[in-house]
Amino acid sequence: MDTVPPSSEPLRLHIPPHRSMPGQHPDFSYFRLPPAGGFQRPDIDAPASETHPLSNALIRVLDDDLAVGEWDPKLDPETLRQGLRWMMLTRAYDDRMYRAQRQGKTTFYMKCTGEEAIGVAQAMALLPDDMLFATYRQQGLLIARGYPLVDMMCQCYANARDPLKGRQLPVLYSSRKYSFFSLSGNLGTQFPQAVGWAMASAYKGDRRIAAGWIGEGATAEPDFHHALTFAAVYRAPVVLNVVNNQWAISSHQEVAGGEEATFAARAVGFGLATLRVDGNDFLAVYAATRWAADRARANHGATLIELFTYRAGSHSTSDDPSRYRPEDEPATWPLGDPIARLRDHLIRLGEWSEERHAALEKELTEKVRADNREAEKFGTLDQGPQFSAATMFEDVYKEMPWHLQRQREELGV
Amino acid sequence: MPSMNMVQALNSAMDVMLTRDPNVLIFGEDVGFYGGVFRVTEGLQKKHGMQRVFDTPIAEGGMLAVAVGMGAYGLRPVVEVQFADYIYPATDQLISEAARLRYRSAGEFWAPITVRAPCGGGIFGGQTHSQSPEAIFTHVCGLKTVIPSNPYDAKGLLISAIEDDDPVVFFEPKRLYNGPFDGHPDRPARSWAQHRQSEVPEGYYAIPLGQAAIVRPGAAVTILAYGTMVHVALAGAEEAGVDAEVIDLRTLLPLDIDTITASVAKTGRCVIAHEATRTSGFGAELAALVQERCFYHLEAPIVRVTGWDTPYPHVFEWEYFPGPKRVADGIRQAMAE
Ligand SMILES: Cc1ncc(C[n+]2csc(CCOP(=O)(O)OP(=O)(O)O)c2C)c(N)n1
Repeated sequence: MDTVPPSSEPLRLHIPPHRSMPGQHPDFSYFRLPPAGGFQRPDIDAPASETHPLSNALIRVLDDDLAVGEWDPKLDPETLRQGLRWMMLTRAYDDRMYRAQRQGKTTFYMKCTGEEAIGVAQAMALLPDDMLFATYRQQGLLIARGYPLVDMMCQCYANARDPLKGRQLPVLYSSRKYSFFSLSGNLGTQFPQAVGWAMASAYKGDRRIAAGWIGEGATAEPDFHHALTFAAVYRAPVVLNVVNNQWAISSHQEVAGGEEATFAARAVGFGLATLRVDGNDFLAVYAATRWAADRARANHGATLIELFTYRAGSHSTSDDPSRYRPEDEPATWPLGDPIARLRDHLIRLGEWSEERHAALEKELTEKVRADNREAEKFGTLDQGPQFSAATMFEDVYKEMPWHLQRQREELGV
Repeated sequence: MPSMNMVQALNSAMDVMLTRDPNVLIFGEDVGFYGGVFRVTEGLQKKHGMQRVFDTPIAEGGMLAVAVGMGAYGLRPVVEVQFADYIYPATDQLISEAARLRYRSAGEFWAPITVRAPCGGGIFGGQTHSQSPEAIFTHVCGLKTVIPSNPYDAKGLLISAIEDDDPVVFFEPKRLYNGPFDGHPDRPARSWAQHRQSEVPEGYYAIPLGQAAIVRPGAAVTILAYGTMVHVALAGAEEAGVDAEVIDLRTLLPLDIDTITASVAKTGRCVIAHEATRTSGFGAELAALVQERCFYHLEAPIVRVTGWDTPYPHVFEWEYFPGPKRVADGIRQAMAE
């Protein structure tokens, strides 16, 4: 019989360290920054295994303000300017609504500062009627699809023109018309739903694909596993995105299991295609999404994309990040800011200038201000008006059963 | 008219709906090639094709999640959860998603899903093949809950469930699949063939959700039951020698409150029988509704005859199961005052 080796130490429980505490220097030693342009772009019909080395890569296109390598999507300047505009609009919208929450006009808000390339570039890389199963941090998807800001504001204000009739927490948008699936407050649930929608689309011989998003924190939920399993088994035409913005409220990505393996690498065991991308590089995000979308549309199945980015703001209006991370961490994030990077690229191309940038910033701030004035005409959460409370009993079922009718009478509305 | 057992009637309902509506899909563990562990989907894949009737990975949460996505697309998925005891991994997608979707999207998206699951005891299945978790789902606004007690109802109700635009949890009392069961395990098993409700039309018909059936008219006491307990209640009434009115609820939500109140107003006494555990069981809701609406008609306290508040035990099946003797005792108790 084997005996315990004399040198063996007692067991030790490993708890992932909390990196860089408040007051310390930011610690980004846990990831390596490969050079831009350094990775091959497989054909869209390549076997999934050909993408597996990319699960440990970081696909980057922008280098020293130039676009380099096989992944350069070669977008024309007009498209790039459009992308820049939508990212800046997203940021301006976020800033406005964040302030509205501070002013008490709504109860809650969530920004996507630093992650704008993801929503915007991905919306542009997909077709307008591809179905999006997003999280609360991809408002850029809606904005780049041209969903009216006023409607988004009315939802946050839960006012008399709220498309969701005051039923949902602010930012949990829904728009069938814009192929944007109803956001859930439960993390992760939408990820396998995207797979189901994609399966339905394939069953019907449709051409539309689905895309799902999940935060790296929520990949620990079983729904993530379900999505990958069903996507692999049924070769669903879906693009599955993990937005690794390093933080899940105050928990670092290592608490979600990012310490020993990348989130993109999860796909390897499922036999799915996978790409790991610099999420702050507009061109790389666009190129990877387009690759995965083309692949899905051509019946070659699903791709898991890890978008490596950084949550530059607070988690929501309810937390103070200086309590759990160094205050200069966002500013020192090695992959920079997606808006600044695309701006500098356009300037380097001779297609943009500091002056035009400043003018656009001003124009968008003005637009958001005007839209906000318009939205506030229909009310704010603190001042009203809201929908009649009688509508509270509607849409629980397609037809209202007797017990809800009775309860509505009981409320006296 | 052909005589069908409950398995055949349910199979026929799905066959009819697969034929009528190309948006109906059927999936679950072992439902495709094999036809399900209880054979309820037997032959459907062969007849309607792999695309419409297929096996899924063993992931109830995943099954329900993809069903929600499919429902949002416009399909009508019918999902089989192999046993009601294994529905719990799916509850997040059912409760937080399917049930809430129409409301949270202000009517823009909905999930017309039917979840079928064999429920109930009487087959020596132990605690993981015998549960009756219906009250968990009747507690969830946005879901409908159905439990048939015979082949004719099973087919008509399942067709309604599949056609319904809201998510429906459809529990199938597995002890009734092959024959009615009055709660006497010592007596020879009966087949459905002699039962009036086994005459099932081959084609399409629907029984609206939300309508109870009076299976035995009577004047002395009202017995509210569903699923297997309908048959047990009939036997219990017989053994008590009381002119009981037995109501098969068929749909728990939406509930046919009018049939219930009319009956209790007439009899003045009420016994509620279910296999599920008692505390916070559906009987509690029924008792509350009956006293709210029939208080001045009641001549005695409402009696509940239910499973005990323990996990479903393996070897004590018949001590646990609320059989006809306990129903008869309950009736006598309700008649005593
Ligand atoms: C099922 C569930 N558990 C917990 C929460 C509470 N919660 C909301 S956001 C969040 C962190 C999510 O982090 P991540 O998935 O990384 O996304 P991020 O916020 O960084 O975009 C938590 C724990 C929730 N909404 N749902």
